[in-house]
Amino acid sequence: MTAETVVFIIFAIASIAGGLVMIGARNPIYSAMGLLTSMFSMAVFYVLNDAHFVAAVQVIIYAGAVMTLFLFVIMLIGVDKAEDTTERLPFQRPLALLLSGGLLVLIIVAGRAAWVTGFGIFSGGEVNGTIENVADELFGTWLIPFQATVLLLTIAAVGTIALAQFSPRVREAAAEVVQAEADSP
Amino acid sequence: MTVTVGWYLALGAALFGIGAAGILLRRNALVMFMSIELMLNAVNLTFVAAGRAVGLLEGQLSVLFVMVVAAAEVTVGLAIIVAVFRRRSTASVDELAGMSG
Repeated sequence: MTAETVVFIIFAIASIAGGLVMIGARNPIYSAMGLLTSMFSMAVFYVLNDAHFVAAVQVIIYAGAVMTLFLFVIMLIGVDKAEDTTERLPFQRPLALLLSGGLLVLIIVAGRAAWVTGFGIFSGGEVNGTIENVADELFGTWLIPFQATVLLLTIAAVGTIALAQFSPRVREAAAEVVQAEADSP
Repeated sequence: MTVTVGWYLALGAALFGIGAAGILLRRNALVMFMSIELMLNAVNLTFVAAGRAVGLLEGQLSVLFVMVVAAAEVTVGLAIIVAVFRRRSTASVDELAGMSG
């Protein structure tokens, strides 16, 4: 067993366990911790695949910024409320498990050709994802798509500001909705 | 025993399946959102592994673009969840059935 195999097995178990904790935990904080485990494991896989810059970005953006944002929102809207796990629709849970299991089987069937007969042991040219190589590609071949992402992020920021505006008129309308629902049987 | 690209693709498929199960099973909007993040991460893993297998750097560039889109999506999505919570005092998607017949 090579070192890569050992590291892969350890972090594959960690990432799958993190994912299962995420969908199983009743408290959203534990879900966030499970997702964090998965994301750190993902950074390790990127390093194993010589994607050093992507691994750094994964830790900084996902495990850093995105998870902080998630935890902030969880804290904001209350951590003490554990979700009740009773289902109103009787077949919801088995059906959901069946559908996601079916999706997994479908993915495996679709990818079987590449996994069994395809590239096999990594055979292509050497890919070294250093900052220099990534920047050469990103600011050379893919400059226009990169500029488009700037536009996308600007739109997202403007949209967030628009959502955050909570004028008194809207607040009154929301209070009326809540009141009407409380009145109705 | 060496790690082939198939191992990474299989792990990515498993994580994608877990994320899909999370979306179908959970009713807390935040946890559903985290499941989407897990699915995006699984796809990123397949991008990187397949890019290494065929010897192209574009796999890693795709991951960067996916991360940008995911960051924008998280910003807007969490803003929507907070806005909904301020109006309805809940983050459970079952409670948000105001448009059902």
